[in-house]
Amino acid sequence: MNILDVRDLGIRTADGRTLVDGLSLTIAPGERLGLIGESGSGKSLTTLAVLGLLPDGMTATGGVELAGTQIVGASEKQLRGVRGRDAAIVFQEPLTALDPLMRVGRQIAEPLSRRRGLRGAELKRAVVDALEQVRLPEPDRIARAFPHEISGGQRQRVALAMALACDPKLLIADEPTTALDVTVQSDMLDLLDTLVRERDMAVLFVSHDLAVVSKVTDRVVVMKDGRVVEEGDVRTIVREPREEYTKALVASARQLESALDLRNA
Amino acid sequence: MTPVLELNGASFAYRGHTAPVVEDISFTVETGHSLALVGESGAGKTTLLRLLLGLARATAGTVRFDGDELKPRDREQMRRFRRSVQCVFQDPYSSLDPRRRVGSIVSEPLRSLGIDSRSTAAPKVAEALERVGLPADAAERYPHEFSGGQRQRIAIARATVCDPRVLLADEPVSALDVTTRVKVVDLLNELKQEQRLTLVMVSHDLSVVASLCERTAVLESGRIVEQGETGQVLGSPAHPYTRRLVDSVPRLPA
Repeated sequence: MNILDVRDLGIRTADGRTLVDGLSLTIAPGERLGLIGESGSGKSLTTLAVLGLLPDGMTATGGVELAGTQIVGASEKQLRGVRGRDAAIVFQEPLTALDPLMRVGRQIAEPLSRRRGLRGAELKRAVVDALEQVRLPEPDRIARAFPHEISGGQRQRVALAMALACDPKLLIADEPTTALDVTVQSDMLDLLDTLVRERDMAVLFVSHDLAVVSKVTDRVVVMKDGRVVEEGDVRTIVREPREEYTKALVASARQLESALDLRNA
Repeated sequence: MTPVLELNGASFAYRGHTAPVVEDISFTVETGHSLALVGESGAGKTTLLRLLLGLARATAGTVRFDGDELKPRDREQMRRFRRSVQCVFQDPYSSLDPRRRVGSIVSEPLRSLGIDSRSTAAPKVAEALERVGLPADAAERYPHEFSGGQRQRIAIARATVCDPRVLLADEPVSALDVTTRVKVVDLLNELKQEQRLTLVMVSHDLSVVASLCERTAVLESGRIVEQGETGQVLGSPAHPYTRRLVDSVPRLPA
């Protein structure tokens, strides 16, 4: 059975505009799927719909089955049972994803105490463990820090530690490295790859950057204006894009990259 | 030939802080040799740009324009300077006044520099808009009616309307989608050729740097660790930091 089964998903605003239309995709346990598209393509909305997190006023139609639970139309109580356990998300901007007034350690402790019922010294140990797993140096110091006291890359690692805290079956990563510097991005992608491999976790990786997606996933879905344009193996799509839009996307990425090669020659 | 802009041992520290944000920076910008300032967050890229624009004063060392030290209080010099050196910012959503029509936004440098009045500016505005690939009726519309890429074109039209020699650009394409990014990079290349514009660009994106600039200076923690011909610097980096930077760029699968 698939961990995620999205069938004919539609997302509409209150005033009747369709933002996502007829979107279908599946992810098997342990499989990684990349969702690629430019601003306004509906890729982030799609990930929010998977967790039942669409903004007020937006409605989803069709089906989103996450680990056996139908998300579209589910009650808040059912959704709370799913989030964190079946799927967890890492957002693009760690500065807004973390609570600025709460120490990092407490933010990680929250899902751990709620889901795994840990308390006291046990909880403290689990928090340090979680920080160590995302390769943060001095986990004790970081646990006591506020988000603004650590760097952007460290914050994103904290966000990742929170998402991984309850061992979800599916990790959703929405542009997790876009706000990071290129050397930090490179480390973060390696870390993500290792952690997900160790846990045999399924991944839905959202990005606008073909090169970044290809480092993490094998299969990609290309979106434009709320619809799926093309789907397949990332290597095949980069080598032989079939649709006009994908061709333009690949050509643009190639043109920029070739400048780098020319200079290297 | 006298360089248009020159930094000589320039440092900048905030008041009350002893540790400078940038330290002992020297480089020259010569006509026709576009320069990229490359580095990661906090490296001091934007501070350098502020020094070059006369928005901040070096706490040590000098900033020279056409051979003379740049004095923000010298109004006559600043007027010449503003005519010659214009700038484009990263975010086209916050750098255009939402309440003004595009025509008024683009003609601003002409009016504030006392080159033209509202009426005599019109043909120059139309020409600038055409140069950046926007329709003639764009002047009558408001910024919100345009996409991110088009807004960046408006910002470029505003910066080039008074025929400057140097365009200072702070991450000019970072906020744009990749298909749009390529088009704006092409536009900047055209302007370099046709308007004989010299670009000084701050960027973290090495492929954009390689597409646009003849020379590159790499910044790490407020210091230049390496500078030279772009091909040399990015092709065979001498400094370990530059090498790490180049190696970190994600590449498409072969």
